[in-house]
Amino acid sequence: MFLINCPYCGERDQQEFKAGGEAHIERPKQPTELSDDEWAEYLFMRKNIKGVQFERWNHAHGCRKWFNMVRDTSNDEIKAIYKMGEKPPSQ
Amino acid sequence: MRNKYSIFSLIKNALSYHENWQRAWKDPTPKKEYDAVVIGGGGHGLATAYYLAKKHNMNNIAVVEKGWIGGGNTGRNTTIIRSNYLWDASAGLYDHALKIWEGLSQELNYNVMFSQRGVMNLAHNLQDVRDLKRRTHANRLNGIDAVYLSTEEVKKFCPIINTSQDIRYPVLGGTLQRRAGTARHDAVAWGYARGADAMGVDIIQNCEVKGIKRNGDSVEGIETTKGFIKTKKVGVVAAGHSSVIANMAGLRLPLESKPLQALVSEPVKPIIDTVVMSNAVHAYVSQSDKGELVIGAGTDDYVSYTQKGSHQIVEGTLNAILELYPIFSRMRMLRQWGGIVDICPDASPILSKTTIKGLYFNCGWGTGGFKATPGSGDLFAHTIANDEPHKINAAFNLNRFVSGDLVDEHGAAAVAH
Repeated sequence: MFLINCPYCGERDQQEFKAGGEAHIERPKQPTELSDDEWAEYLFMRKNIKGVQFERWNHAHGCRKWFNMVRDTSNDEIKAIYKMGEKPPSQ
Repeated sequence: MRNKYSIFSLIKNALSYHENWQRAWKDPTPKKEYDAVVIGGGGHGLATAYYLAKKHNMNNIAVVEKGWIGGGNTGRNTTIIRSNYLWDASAGLYDHALKIWEGLSQELNYNVMFSQRGVMNLAHNLQDVRDLKRRTHANRLNGIDAVYLSTEEVKKFCPIINTSQDIRYPVLGGTLQRRAGTARHDAVAWGYARGADAMGVDIIQNCEVKGIKRNGDSVEGIETTKGFIKTKKVGVVAAGHSSVIANMAGLRLPLESKPLQALVSEPVKPIIDTVVMSNAVHAYVSQSDKGELVIGAGTDDYVSYTQKGSHQIVEGTLNAILELYPIFSRMRMLRQWGGIVDICPDASPILSKTTIKGLYFNCGWGTGGFKATPGSGDLFAHTIANDEPHKINAAFNLNRFVSGDLVDEHGAAAVAH
């Protein structure tokens, strides 16, 4: 449990938010060209990092907007929050 | 030679004030090379080593554990054992384990306190009723004992449940697997450790793996905090930290690691003599031999390795427990903790070879791995020794995420994940 600074609403309790998993997984541009291995990689394989990870979050019980977060999964410390479409901050 | 535990050894040691018991396992320094190394000294890892030595004559092997044995999820779960899974592959896997549980204390000469007190799963809405009836039929077709119970029969089997139809999520029925139950989780790790050690397995604690050394597509050894260990076969049984080890080998796994919480109450006199699980409201409860209520809560929905978990998860579970068991309203909770569970997209485990020769993964057990401990060890040992899966774990390969042949137990198993 921690506080999240929603870029649209400000600081709110984590339970207002829904975690959306790993960020910056690009949807395949040519889905019909993909091999089964590439589909598996896109759909299922995850970095699941212990340490600093880039994630998507949704303010489900608030403004319902999506945004990105850089978070250390070993201690739940939030390093940065940035809007969808913005360039991820360099570490 | 290992001394056998018996009534006579107990009397003999009582006479010397229990000061002369033999060590249950040694504390060796790692050798330079092993035929195989198991990463992770939890129940699954120790069972893997035990069966590698016992059934496959691989005695020059080691288990490396970053903390102490059984200090991870083996010591953090709610000890429920059952095999009432929907799909054929899962039923085969979990019932294989349940059959080994039934003779495990005798086999290990170690009392794992396996207690077939039954596991009851409750239905709280019409879809639950349909799902649980379907699962009961599927279980019976697979030779797994299962009965469907009416609300009255649920009340008769566990009288303290509130079966009033006026509550928010009334009990509409349930299923019962009588062969299911609980075991003492620490004893399982200790019993397997003692058994493996007696057959020559080195159990190396406080030894964290820092890297996997590869030569092209083959494993050459592991880098640890106690130095380099050469080996051609590495079995990874690292639960929530499986992805961390996979990243060292340059692999990606279909896993997300999340905190799962459990809690126990202050000890009270015997009040509930079975295990009751409720999928819809996510509340499950049993009572330990010490008298504590053992309560399982849910996972947080974000990736975290903190072994903590959020307060509202516990609150939600306790709300449900109080509605179902008003008698517990003045119970005080004694301890709460979290464990990191590795969850697959289909909520089924992976016991598999990988694209790297000599590297095997046993992971993805998610929120329900304890029950499978003996079967998981047995089948993973088979997979490592023969470089081929056993037919029981063949479906639980890593390639199913490429082929699409998933074992989709999400919501179909007896409890939500």
